[in-house]
Amino acid sequence: MSAVIEGHHDDHHHGPAKGITRWLYTTNHKDIGSLYLWFSFIMLFIGGAMAMVIRAELFEPGSQIVSPEFYNQMVTNHGLIMVFGVIMPAFVGLANWLIPMQIGAPDMALPRLNNLSFWILPAAFGVLLATFFMEGGAPNFGWTFYAPLSTEYAPPTVTYFIFAVHIMGASSIMGSINVITTILNMRAPGMTLMKMPLFVWSWLITAYLLIAVMPVLAGAVTMMLMDIHFGTSFFKAGGGGDPVLFQHIFWFFGHPEVYIMILPAFGIVSHIIETFSRKPIFGYDSMVYAIASIALLSFVVWAHHMFTVGMPIAGELFFMYSTMLIAIPTGVKVFNWLSTMFKGSLTFETPMLFAIAFVALFTIGGLSGLMLAIAPADFQYHDTYFVVAHFHYVLVPGALFSIIAAVYYWLPKWTGYMYDEFMGKTHFWLSFVSVNLTFFPMHFVGLAGMPRRIPDYAMQFADYNMIVSVGAFLFGLSQLLFLYVVLKAIFYGKKATGQVWEGAQGLEWTLNSPPAYHTFETPPNLEAGEAKG
Amino acid sequence: MSSDSSYYVPESSKLPIFMAFGLLLFVLGAGSTINDLGKESSNSYILLMTSFAVIWGVMFVWFSNVINENNKGMYSDQLNQSFVWGMAWFIFSEVMFFFAFFLALGYVRMFSVPWLGGEGEKAITNILWPAFEATWPVMVTPDNELFPGAEKNMNMPGITKLHTWLPFWNTLCLVTSSGTIALAEAALKKGKRAAFKSWMVVTISLGFIFVFLQGLEYYEAYAHMGLTLGAGIYGTTFFLLTGFHGFHVCLGAIILTIMTIRGFGGAFSEHDHFGLAAGSWYWHFVDVVWILLVLVVYVF
Repeated sequence: MSAVIEGHHDDHHHGPAKGITRWLYTTNHKDIGSLYLWFSFIMLFIGGAMAMVIRAELFEPGSQIVSPEFYNQMVTNHGLIMVFGVIMPAFVGLANWLIPMQIGAPDMALPRLNNLSFWILPAAFGVLLATFFMEGGAPNFGWTFYAPLSTEYAPPTVTYFIFAVHIMGASSIMGSINVITTILNMRAPGMTLMKMPLFVWSWLITAYLLIAVMPVLAGAVTMMLMDIHFGTSFFKAGGGGDPVLFQHIFWFFGHPEVYIMILPAFGIVSHIIETFSRKPIFGYDSMVYAIASIALLSFVVWAHHMFTVGMPIAGELFFMYSTMLIAIPTGVKVFNWLSTMFKGSLTFETPMLFAIAFVALFTIGGLSGLMLAIAPADFQYHDTYFVVAHFHYVLVPGALFSIIAAVYYWLPKWTGYMYDEFMGKTHFWLSFVSVNLTFFPMHFVGLAGMPRRIPDYAMQFADYNMIVSVGAFLFGLSQLLFLYVVLKAIFYGKKATGQVWEGAQGLEWTLNSPPAYHTFETPPNLEAGEAKG
Repeated sequence: MSSDSSYYVPESSKLPIFMAFGLLLFVLGAGSTINDLGKESSNSYILLMTSFAVIWGVMFVWFSNVINENNKGMYSDQLNQSFVWGMAWFIFSEVMFFFAFFLALGYVRMFSVPWLGGEGEKAITNILWPAFEATWPVMVTPDNELFPGAEKNMNMPGITKLHTWLPFWNTLCLVTSSGTIALAEAALKKGKRAAFKSWMVVTISLGFIFVFLQGLEYYEAYAHMGLTLGAGIYGTTFFLLTGFHGFHVCLGAIILTIMTIRGFGGAFSEHDHFGLAAGSWYWHFVDVVWILLVLVVYVF
C-alpha cells in the first residue's frame, strides 16, 4: 500500500502559502497542528515561569518575594494556563497532526472550523493574561474558582475571566466536533472501528467527554456571571441557593476534564511502547474497553473532590466506591503495557524512556489517587500538599511526559529531521530526576499537614520545601533544553527516513518524512488488519 | 449534490481569523460593558456592538460561501455526512449546557432548600436562618431583606384555569410548530414547494408568538408578581432556565426565518436541503427542552 502514497503529489493542490498569512488563513491540519503545539509550548513557559515564582516564594518559610495577593494570582493562573493552555492544546495539536494521517483522511472533516478553534485560543489567553495589568489584578481564586471566592470576593477582572473561559470552551467544543466527525466519517475504507490506532480511539472518547462537559463549565461560569452582576442567588444561601452547588457543577465538568487530559496520553504511550518493544500492543480490545470504561465512570465520581464539604453519608460512600472502580480499567491498561514490553525486543530511545517513565510515575499518581478516594482518609489529606503531589504526578510525569514522548516520537515524521539522541536522553534524565525531586517530597509534607495554596508555611516543612524548589528550578531549566533539542532538530537535524523507527506500525509511517502538505487525497485501501495498532 | 468523490478541503480562508477577531472584541466588549454597568458615561457598549457586527458579518459571508460551494457541486456525499455529524454533536453540546441548569434546579429543590429548612442530615445549615421554612417555590427566602421573595409564582393554576395560563399557550405553540416544520420538510421532499413555504411561514409565526408570549410573561412577572432575578433561588432558576430556552427559541426562529427566505428564493431541492434539516433538528431540540422545562419549572 505504501507505493501508492509515497511521493504522491496532486497538481491542482498547491503547497503552503508564504509568510504570516499561511498561518492566519490555513485550513491544513498539519499547519493547525503545529500552531496548537507551538502555542502550547509557549504557554508551557509562561505557566512554568509562574510555577517558578511559586517555588521561589516557597523556597524558605516566611514572606519572601511576592505579596500574598500576587501569590494567589500566580497559583490561579499557573493552574488555568497549564490545564487549558498547555495540556489540552498540545493534545489537540497532536490530534490534528496525527488523526488524519493515522486513519488515511485528506484532512480534518471541517477545516475552516479547525482554524477557528485554534485562533480563538490566543484571544482567550491574551485576555486572561491582560487581566494582570487591569484594576484589581488577575483572577486569584484558584483554578477551580469556587464560589463565593470567585463571586462575592473576586476582583473585577473575573468578568473577563468568565468570557475567556467561554471562548476556551467554544474552542474545545468546536475542536472536538471536528475530531469526532473526522474519526466517524473519514476513515479509509477497511479501517473499522476496532482496527483504529489506539491514539485515534483515545481521542474519539476524549472528544466525546469534551463535548459532554465543556458546556457544563460554560453553564457554571454563566451562573457566576449572573450571581456577580445580575442579582441571582445560585451560590448564595441567603436567597436559597448554595455555594456547594458550584462545586458540584464545577466537578461534574472537572472530573471528566481530568480524564480529557490523560486519555490521549494512554493512546500515545500505547503506540510508543509497541514500537520500541517491536510487538503489537497486548490486549488491543481490552485497551479500547478500558478507555471507554474510564470515560463513562468519570461522570459518576465527581464529588470525591469535595468529601469534606458536608455531604450526606450515602453520597460519600457512593463517590468513594465509584472512584475506586476506576482503578480496575486503569490497572488493565498498566498491565497491558507491561505485557507488551514482556519478552519484547526492547530498545530505549528517548520516546521510549519517556513512555516507560510515564507508566511508572503515572501509576504512582494513580495510587495516591486511590488513597485520596478513601473518604475517611481524605478528611486528613484534603487540601494538603498530598493532593498537589497526586495531581502533579498524573499531570507532569503523566500527561506532560506523554506529550514530550509524542514530540520525540513523531518529530522526525513531522519535520523530516531526527533530533539529537544524546541531547534527548540528557533531557529525559534531567527531567526524570528533577520531576521526582519536585513532586515526591510533596507527599511527605502533605501527609504531615502542609496546606496547599499558601505563600508561607510552618518551619517544620522548610527542608522538604527547599528540596522541592531546587527540583522545580531544575525541571524548569530542563525544559529549556527540550526547546533547544526541538529547534536543533528542525534546523540542523539529520534527514529522517519515512519509516523513522524500525518497529513503527501504522499509516503515518508509510508517508514520507516530512509528509507532503496534503496527504491521502485519495484514501488508501486497507486490507483487513493492516492498520491495527 | 455532487457526485465528485474527492473530499473538498478549502485552500485557505480569511473567515476564521476574522471570526476569532470578532470573538476577541466580544470578550473585551462584554467584559467591560458588564463591569461598567451602573456607571454613567461608559462607551464600552460600542465595542460590544462592534463585535456583534463583526461576528454576524463573518457568519453571513461564511454561510454564503458554504451555500455557493455546495451549489457548485464541490461537496461530496461524504462531506455532507460530516455536516450531519457536526450538527448532531453541536446539539448534544447544547443539551449538556441545559443539563447544567437542570442539575442546578434539581440540586436546589432536592437538597439545599430542604436543608436550609431543617430537613435531613445536613439540616445544620438551618441555624443560619432558623425562621426559614422550606417550600417550593421559595416565596420567602432565607434572607428575605436581601433577596425579597416573589409575591406570586408561575405554577400551573389547575386544569380549569388552564386557558389563563401563558405557558399552556406557549406549549401549544411550540409543540404545534414542531409538527408544522415536519410537515414542511415532508412537503419539500415530495417537491410540493407551495406547501413547504406555507408550513414554514406557519412554523416561524408560531415561534415568534412563543417569544412574544414569553416576553409578556416576563413583563407580568416583573410588573405584577414581584418575580425578578433578585427574588431568591426561585426567580433565579425560573429566569435562567426559561431565559436560556427563550434565547435558543429566538436563535432557532432566526435560523428558520433565514431558511424560509431562502426557500422563497428557490433554494433547497428535494434531496439536498441540509440547512433546513439542521434548522429543523435544532427546532425539535428546543421543543424537547421546553417540554422538560414545563414539567420541572412550571408543573411539578
